[in-house]
Amino acid sequence: MTEKTLSPVDVVVVGSGWAGSIMAKELCEAGLSVVMLERRGRRSTARDGAYPSSLDELEGAVRYKLFQNPADTTVTVRNRMDQEAVPYRRLAAFLPGAGVGGAGLHWTGVHFRATPQDLRLRSHIVERYGRAFIPEGMNLQDYGVTYEELEPFFDRAEKVFGTSGEAYTVGGKATGKGNIFAPDRSDDFPLPPLRDVYTAHLFRQAAAEAGYHPYAMPAANASQPYTNPYGAQMGPCNFCGYCSDYACYMYAKASPNVNIMPALRRHENFTLRSNAHVLKVLLDSTGRKATGVVYQDAEGNHITQPAGLVILAAFQFHNVHLMLLSGIGKAYDPVSNTGTVGRNFTYQNITNSTVWMPPTRSTDQFIGSAGGVAIDDFNCDNFDHGPHGFIGGSPLWVNQAGVKPIAGAKATTPGVPRWGSAWKKAAIDTYRHSFTINAQGSNMAYRDVYLDLDPTWRTSYGQPMLRMTFDWKDNDIRMNRYVIGHLEGIVKALGARDVQYGMREEGKPFDVRAYQTTHLCGGAVMGEDPKTSALNRYLQSWDVPNVFVVGANAFPQGMGYNPTGLVAALAYWSAYHIRTQWLKGNGGPLVTP
Amino acid sequence: MVLQSHDVIRHTSDTVVKTMIKGLKTALGAVTVGLLAGTTLAHAQSTDDELVKKGAYVARLGDCVACHTALHGQVYAGGLSIQTPIGTIYSTNITPDPTNGIGSYTFEEFDEALRHGIRKDGSTLYPAMPYPSFARMTQDDMKALYAYFMHGVKPVAQPNKAPGISWPLSMRWPLAIWRSVFAPAPKAFVPAAGTDAEIARGEYLVTGPGHCGACHTPRGFGMQEKALDASGGPVFLAGGAPIDNWVAPSLRNDPVEGIGSWPEEEVYQFLKSGRTDHAAVFGGMADVVGWSTQYFTDADLHAMAKYLKALPPVPVPPGRSAYTYDASTAQALDSNNTSGAPGASVYVEQCAICHRNDGGGVARMFPPLAGNPVVVSADPTSIAHIIVAGAVLPPTNWAPSAVAMPGYKSVLSDQQMADVVNFIRTSWGNKAPANVTAADIQKLRVDHAPISTASWGFGSADAATWGVYHPQPYGAGWTFSPQTHTGEDAAQ
Repeated sequence: MTEKTLSPVDVVVVGSGWAGSIMAKELCEAGLSVVMLERRGRRSTARDGAYPSSLDELEGAVRYKLFQNPADTTVTVRNRMDQEAVPYRRLAAFLPGAGVGGAGLHWTGVHFRATPQDLRLRSHIVERYGRAFIPEGMNLQDYGVTYEELEPFFDRAEKVFGTSGEAYTVGGKATGKGNIFAPDRSDDFPLPPLRDVYTAHLFRQAAAEAGYHPYAMPAANASQPYTNPYGAQMGPCNFCGYCSDYACYMYAKASPNVNIMPALRRHENFTLRSNAHVLKVLLDSTGRKATGVVYQDAEGNHITQPAGLVILAAFQFHNVHLMLLSGIGKAYDPVSNTGTVGRNFTYQNITNSTVWMPPTRSTDQFIGSAGGVAIDDFNCDNFDHGPHGFIGGSPLWVNQAGVKPIAGAKATTPGVPRWGSAWKKAAIDTYRHSFTINAQGSNMAYRDVYLDLDPTWRTSYGQPMLRMTFDWKDNDIRMNRYVIGHLEGIVKALGARDVQYGMREEGKPFDVRAYQTTHLCGGAVMGEDPKTSALNRYLQSWDVPNVFVVGANAFPQGMGYNPTGLVAALAYWSAYHIRTQWLKGNGGPLVTP
Repeated sequence: MVLQSHDVIRHTSDTVVKTMIKGLKTALGAVTVGLLAGTTLAHAQSTDDELVKKGAYVARLGDCVACHTALHGQVYAGGLSIQTPIGTIYSTNITPDPTNGIGSYTFEEFDEALRHGIRKDGSTLYPAMPYPSFARMTQDDMKALYAYFMHGVKPVAQPNKAPGISWPLSMRWPLAIWRSVFAPAPKAFVPAAGTDAEIARGEYLVTGPGHCGACHTPRGFGMQEKALDASGGPVFLAGGAPIDNWVAPSLRNDPVEGIGSWPEEEVYQFLKSGRTDHAAVFGGMADVVGWSTQYFTDADLHAMAKYLKALPPVPVPPGRSAYTYDASTAQALDSNNTSGAPGASVYVEQCAICHRNDGGGVARMFPPLAGNPVVVSADPTSIAHIIVAGAVLPPTNWAPSAVAMPGYKSVLSDQQMADVVNFIRTSWGNKAPANVTAADIQKLRVDHAPISTASWGFGSADAATWGVYHPQPYGAGWTFSPQTHTGEDAAQ
């Protein structure tokens, strides 16, 4: 191993996913020299999305081609503070990406804006239900930025992503379609919604019949050929179902690789270095200024890249991990309830219910896209929470993303043996005639759910692993059960012959062994108070003002929607303020506490 | 750009130029210091940034970089292999390195090489160097180009590779005879009286620095381009032999195999971005768009498009009708009726997903196959090669997406690939002969040999042409065939 120091650049961006790509593009446009560091290799549609070899479920979804290898670095997990955490050795519950594009390459493409309520959830709850409504131990917080402030940046992100959807109102004018709970928009979606697959069509009819308000889910899968503001081109989605876990060979699924990198690479002030695993952010002697980062290259050399501005844009928990390893901000201590880095770690509260249609109805589960049909009647505060005594909610949707052969064969049917002719019969029946309805719920933040450095386990780089302390809490379990309770009317309207409701159960702890979602949030959250947030409203570290930390780590609590749309909007929001304020100032804090 | 090392993508549209201009300023500073110190310097001539900048543009017009840069090699340092019928030659180092490059060339020597085809040592260049085209370049452009190569390009100390040609063919003196027979006397281009100024500019670019005919005009017995401008008749830009297994199609207004169906605006768009609603660049032309034409000014691109569209009409072969779309293919594929056409099921499984059942593709991404001139060209090498090896639309400043077509050599059998080539060439109204065989595909795949439709036997399975006099008697490889860069980086 050798050590080397490179010549300084204006900006180093850690991570090449959506957040990193957006920040790099914006800062290149501002004329700064930008070095982007990606821990793993290059990815391209030409290679990783080559048809038909990319449609390989074994390689993509079983052997996790696009994902982080836990042998390199992983997290340790425990449910409670009195337990000893052990490493997450096999990917299952959540799947962090690795390689250029990050999670932005393997995501499905569901592309929501955050709701106005979500962005100021604490204020909203206090206004409507009073302070006492917030349970003991719940760290309910506002983002410090409003929907109105973010609206231009949501719009920008949708145009870059080539998002397909149906607006409810544009400039206050109703379109006659869309989600009646959706906030107003300055412009329509760049593309019309994807067509409903058959199961989504059934759900749309049944939900309407049950008295709810179905709408087409916004998806960053192009419903038509599209050229984005960067000149990057997308092909039309053909519903092949190989979105999640795969590079889209049609260029139809938005990814940093398809939508931003082509334009980013044309900036001569841009450099991408892959196989560069950042070990820490370097601070000067005051601890108040970052001087660059040190990373390990593919040969094991430690390379110092000095920079005037450091953007942490790795995956949610890697950002938190790097802050803890680098001493940026004060580590959260749940006992003394001090410090902010690691605080408000949240997940997403998803349960899946399966319905079986009569044998005359083929559900064509092999078809898929990021589109689908949802209802928001039980999301956010779209219903009166007063009588129920919990905070949060879930959209319900059919987001059929394509059930591939191995997944189809692994699906189990309750009460049926897992082998033999009975299994075979049931497997065929389930694959042909069933479909899934998801409740994708919010997850609140709690004092004893957090991230910190593990005292025992180390990564292959010799650094302490990040430790997750996470469990499901009463508030969130009750929310989920309440929402699932309302599925019955829809299932009845569907004319389903059988149903298996998936819901949280009291006393059943968080279990990492089965896939749930990769929507991990928080840990270095944005806000207005440096005592409860690690970042100010511009995602700038309160403590080291030339470090911005961009990603879902900034969410004070988990919402019902998928996080990427908000991550992208926050990245554009942060970049805008770096360009218009920070670069023109003295490099200090954009907000004085 | 494709020159970067594996992990570092540093975009360099004109970085080289800018860096070099900076270097120039430093160098000029050094010159001043040197003169003050009383030393003499060979390059103590004054050159201004503007001239170097203009020269960089002229170098783009000539696409010097494409041939004078090896695959993943250093810019202008040479070493790209160029196949010729008598062996392999390598492009040379044209950086200003005094030992390995052209740093010791005076302007006159530079001009001798570029326009006369005579190296500094007096020997004649292989006409892979298109000096018969450069012969008509203007003095102004030559001066600028010289300034650029002396002061705008970074010297690289990379020795030239000896040609892989064995004696007696390796002797260079016959090249001088070739030169005296085939190369025109250098003379700056002057448009014919009364020519529209824009068309005249287009003609200069196409026939001079752009040297389009080097690939797009067929070569005769002596490897000479059969026509260097429109005065040569319909053979000028009528399409050349396969180069690195990519066929340079006709640029004439032939409605089926040429650009007759392309509006002028599409010619412009194609050269600027490599993609139009009806075409996508591939093969050797991808290097041309990626490294050369995308950097042209709009005025120059429009001039070239206007000139090409203004060329005299070419005679249509007897019995051949204009293309008309035939909807029956799409109807058959839509109704899953693929029987009777061996390639149809392959098409549905592998191709239709992007190129669609109706053969219409997706505008600017996945080119249409219905009525596409490069699909129905007499020589099927391009369409077969693209299926075997795949291709990537080169990213340009005007269309940054590198859209890829996967290669099928490890997915489909030779027979399946032959079947689908024949299906594509005969569907949706396409009327090319369905004569590609599995053996042709195998040779293309294994031996990297083009599919020959016009030869005396080697390379062709069709013995019926034996004994028939053909203007290119030595087979379809009768050309200079530089390696293609984008092809090297292609899909799989």
